[in-house]
Amino acid sequence: MKDIAIVAYQQSDGVSDAGAVNEVELIMPVLDRTFEQARLDSAQDVDFVCSGSCDYLQGAAFAFVAGVDALGAVPPIKESHVEMDAAWALYESILKIRMGHADSALIYGFGKSSPGELPIVLSQQLDPYYLAPQWVDSISLAAMQARLMLDQGLITERDMAEVVSRSRRNARSNPHAQLAGDVSPEDVLAQETYLSPLRKADCCPVSDGASAVVIATVEKAKEWGLPYAIISGIDHRIETHNLGMRDLTDSVSTRTAAEHAGMHDGKVDVAELYAPFSHQEIILTRALGLGEETSINPSGGVLAGNLMMASGLSRIGEVFNRIVSGEAQRGVAHTTSGPCLQHNLVTVLEKA
Amino acid sequence: MSEEQEVVTVVKSPIYLKYNFTAGAAPARFLAQLKKGKLTGQRRAEPGAPVYSPPRGSCPASGRPTEQEVELSDKATVQSFTIVYIPIPGNAIEPPFVVANLVADGANISFIHLMSECDNADVHIGQRVQAIWKPEEEWDYSMDNIRYFKPIDEPDVPVEKIGKLSVTGQED
Repeated sequence: MKDIAIVAYQQSDGVSDAGAVNEVELIMPVLDRTFEQARLDSAQDVDFVCSGSCDYLQGAAFAFVAGVDALGAVPPIKESHVEMDAAWALYESILKIRMGHADSALIYGFGKSSPGELPIVLSQQLDPYYLAPQWVDSISLAAMQARLMLDQGLITERDMAEVVSRSRRNARSNPHAQLAGDVSPEDVLAQETYLSPLRKADCCPVSDGASAVVIATVEKAKEWGLPYAIISGIDHRIETHNLGMRDLTDSVSTRTAAEHAGMHDGKVDVAELYAPFSHQEIILTRALGLGEETSINPSGGVLAGNLMMASGLSRIGEVFNRIVSGEAQRGVAHTTSGPCLQHNLVTVLEKA
Repeated sequence: MSEEQEVVTVVKSPIYLKYNFTAGAAPARFLAQLKKGKLTGQRRAEPGAPVYSPPRGSCPASGRPTEQEVELSDKATVQSFTIVYIPIPGNAIEPPFVVANLVADGANISFIHLMSECDNADVHIGQRVQAIWKPEEEWDYSMDNIRYFKPIDEPDVPVEKIGKLSVTGQED
């Protein structure tokens, strides 16, 4: 089996409202920088393109087709899309390469969440018979999860505040972060609760933006002469949509995915975890068995900016950046989808 | 359970979501010109690059932004059309009416608009038409500033020339 590597990663600045720009206008500048980094002229220079987005975010049917207008698809290109975070578009691209149908792929994800009321929009991803008609929003569900953990003594509010504090501080070195600053756990605890027990700072912000990655076989990456990080493992698992049947204080699917992605085969220097709520980072850290030797969310994670449908891909890109810069030898990127960490994808990256 | 249960085959759960829609930066430039009664297209800033109207932000063929604005004529050519006989819910127009793909002079792709003041049976590909605008005081950021397109007395454009006319209506 051919080894596959990441050769480029770019992300737009996370902003709470991208204003007048539409999807294609969000994507084009990010793709420009990605092509420049990978020394490609256009999407014509890769064998496959796959994107991740969700029409519900901007409330425009087939908005993802508008995204294709950023590619320059003349002459025709091989292209696909997932109505998911683009980390799953990367997963599809890996399968495409492993099947021998491509040697390289461009993956991009984008989301303009500001036009709608995101937590309410996300209620419509719940099961359509029992939960979606009740319009249970994503923050309320996360708040219930946090309440379970607090009441069982699995975490304290201070633990959550420490996650926020570290995220804000780490984000100071991330030029694309939306929320960064010298925030202490005391500062967080001094805030009023928003949806009890969550404070606003415990919740990721709503962000508009896009990110992109180029992957290729190691052979191709060498031919291109680009620095790269090898994708040594990738796996995703999903839990039932029935929240009452899940142990919300744990993430069984993350643990299983990590085992199958081979995360435990070596030391993990860096982990980028897609935790939209502070307590979820603690769940994930425990499910993955990460300890002191691992730097968690050095980018600030999604508490510093959450580009729906792109943040998962960005987690992979952030780990790639640390490996290529020499800060880390090996890292893990986690992506989530669905309420209360329902669906999880784990990617393991290693230095070439 | 002794009682017979009714089988549930349908559950109604209507969805209402509110959005503040934004057209995009390039479409906003197009709409701003339309408010002034000008039909424009956009292309990437290269000679001979295709002109898109309405512009969406990129030149889809190349993936480059359409940074250059081009003023178009309000004369156009019928590229394709359909005659609608079925009333469409919420549409104020009485059928039968003509919906056409029209290419404005100076543009290279078509937009969709209505045709009127014509015999529906006479509408044909290559036919020349011109915009009938609403009174200036009613102009808004909308394609509705044009009520419809009306046939004009100009020779038909051969099929292979449709979408290739300059802003003067002459072959490029």
